[in-house]
Amino acid sequence: MERSNKFTSRLAPLPIDNIDTDQIIPARFLKTISKAGLGDQLFYDWRYDASGKPNPDFILNKPEGRAAHILLAGDNFGCGSSREHAPWALTQYGFRAVISSSFADIFRGNALKNSLLPIVIPLDKLEALFVAVTADPAATVTVDLEQQVLTLPDGSITNFPIDAFAKHCILEGVDELGYILQQQDAISAYEARRPITVNTLA
Amino acid sequence: MSQGNGVRRPRTIIEKVWDQHVVAERAGAPTLLYIDLHLVHEVTSPQAFSGLRERGLKVRRPDLTIGTTDHSIPTHDRSLPILDKVAEAQITQFEKNCRDFGIPFYGPHSNNQGIVHIIGPEQGLTQPGMTVVCGDSHTATHGAFGALAFGIGTSQVEHVLATQCLLQTPSQSYEVRVDGTLKPGVGAKDIILNLISRIGIGGGTGCVFEYTGSAIRALSMEERMTICNMSIEGGARAGLVSPDDTTYQYLAGRHYAPAGPAWERALNFWRQLPSDDGAQFDERIEIDASALEPMITFGTNPGMGIPITSSVPDPSSISDPLERESLGKALRYMDLPAGKPLLGHPVNVVFIGSCTNSRISDLRAAAAIFKGRKVSPKVRVMVVPGSQTVKAQAQAEGLDRIFKEAGADWREAGCSMCIAMNGDQLQPGEYSVSTSNRNFEGRQGKGGRTFLASPLTAAASAVTGVVTDARTLL
Repeated sequence: MERSNKFTSRLAPLPIDNIDTDQIIPARFLKTISKAGLGDQLFYDWRYDASGKPNPDFILNKPEGRAAHILLAGDNFGCGSSREHAPWALTQYGFRAVISSSFADIFRGNALKNSLLPIVIPLDKLEALFVAVTADPAATVTVDLEQQVLTLPDGSITNFPIDAFAKHCILEGVDELGYILQQQDAISAYEARRPITVNTLA
Repeated sequence: MSQGNGVRRPRTIIEKVWDQHVVAERAGAPTLLYIDLHLVHEVTSPQAFSGLRERGLKVRRPDLTIGTTDHSIPTHDRSLPILDKVAEAQITQFEKNCRDFGIPFYGPHSNNQGIVHIIGPEQGLTQPGMTVVCGDSHTATHGAFGALAFGIGTSQVEHVLATQCLLQTPSQSYEVRVDGTLKPGVGAKDIILNLISRIGIGGGTGCVFEYTGSAIRALSMEERMTICNMSIEGGARAGLVSPDDTTYQYLAGRHYAPAGPAWERALNFWRQLPSDDGAQFDERIEIDASALEPMITFGTNPGMGIPITSSVPDPSSISDPLERESLGKALRYMDLPAGKPLLGHPVNVVFIGSCTNSRISDLRAAAAIFKGRKVSPKVRVMVVPGSQTVKAQAQAEGLDRIFKEAGADWREAGCSMCIAMNGDQLQPGEYSVSTSNRNFEGRQGKGGRTFLASPLTAAASAVTGVVTDARTLL
């Protein structure tokens, strides 16, 4: 996965609160056993009509939306299921960050594991960003992960929080499973002192 | 954790279970937490198994892992072939993955097959004080036993398969205190839908709920599971109930529950788990159970719920512009007028099932309404037991005959129309009353419209063909 250190992009605005994972990637596309092709199915039921034709009013079908690598979304983005297919679909489509006033817990964790940045900014700044991108669809923001700074279209800056360990993993290319595997001695020691619970093989 | 004078600070059960599972803590990294039970299913695991193969890794603890097929599996006669070849390939791959990595699993023809959150408890696998994970957001169901249980993504499924551990940061604690006595015809589903309608679907983000109070204590284990199941619908990754005698009585004698001297040891351990008197929560809410009415949702997220006797809210009465637009968008999708009651609204489909409400007590409640009645000729009714074990029990009690004589379709076990990826689905524009957990746009089929409610409300609406207060039929 490409490192998401610092980049500038247009925004694809979706001014809707509580965008759930069933909208991001409908469940019927989860019968796959791979990750391939999910980008084409992103927001499928909003993006395409009943006959499979692109819905011209949906942001990803407009030129300004197609040029964006940052999704701008309403509060509580990614609520609902635990499907990691949601960040897979978003990143395969080309998104590198989602900006919102909050994210659902499981989605936020899944996004970070795929170097998709869940960027939280205060509600008033989010609303101002929606106004700015409506006024000028070519408006851009710059994301600086290392400094945790967002440069807004008017040149002002705002800080954003991000999980320190996830940031470290993204910037340094640390493989989280590899990191856990390094601690096998601690895991074995824990297992040795752990009371027996169940044995599914019994 | 202890204070200077040797007196331990009062802790919640959430803190106790967490503390008992800390494997390692390193500066600059989340806690490495041990996982006692890992449930896997066909939909969120294939890419994790692929990851293991690419790295040449084994499953560290197949003895703490169990698989079942539930999401993609058809609920028609299991002797028939699976028509959806993509779903069939996923199920076949899942069975191969389990066999290759030595994980016990319940395939389509197993007598124990069922929804992952039904089988864990009914087999006695889910026990107090455990950490339980699954690549499914409704894993919080297992919290009913006093387990810290939460949904994870596929990357984390791979982490647990390979190491039996996860990197985790602690959540905030949120006490949901429910006191008082429920009125007849009001149940667990109504408690949880009421909570979510109050706090909103993001209200518990960053939190673990602990459900406390006399009304929770009075609930059966199956009812507690219904409540914990929908914690995620309030934004909380996990929700739990401190164990008590109801918990222990449910567990005694189950296949994987401890027996003999091990049972006594387990009981002594479990009795230490409940939150201490004086334990502090980061957030609290109180609900008066005696004031609750049966709940139903009208919109496109589980927080859009009302007492069944109330009217759908009017967007023009809401001042916040984004919130007003969300409600307006939901009512346009649902094609519902603002300010009118849902009672009497026509229904096309009734779905009784899902990890929220497909246990034997849910089926008994529905059967009590169906007994001696017929479903409306305008309504298609599907009753989908949560597991083959539930199905066998229901048939032993004759519930299947009640459903069939009423004109309902009695199906094989699975997630079915809750997630609508197995062929069981609404047609565009159809309305369902569903006992499941989500009413998102298209959740039960593209263009479908879902009213979430209890098994009683669902069965009553099936009989009349319109949204109905079951208390008029009790």
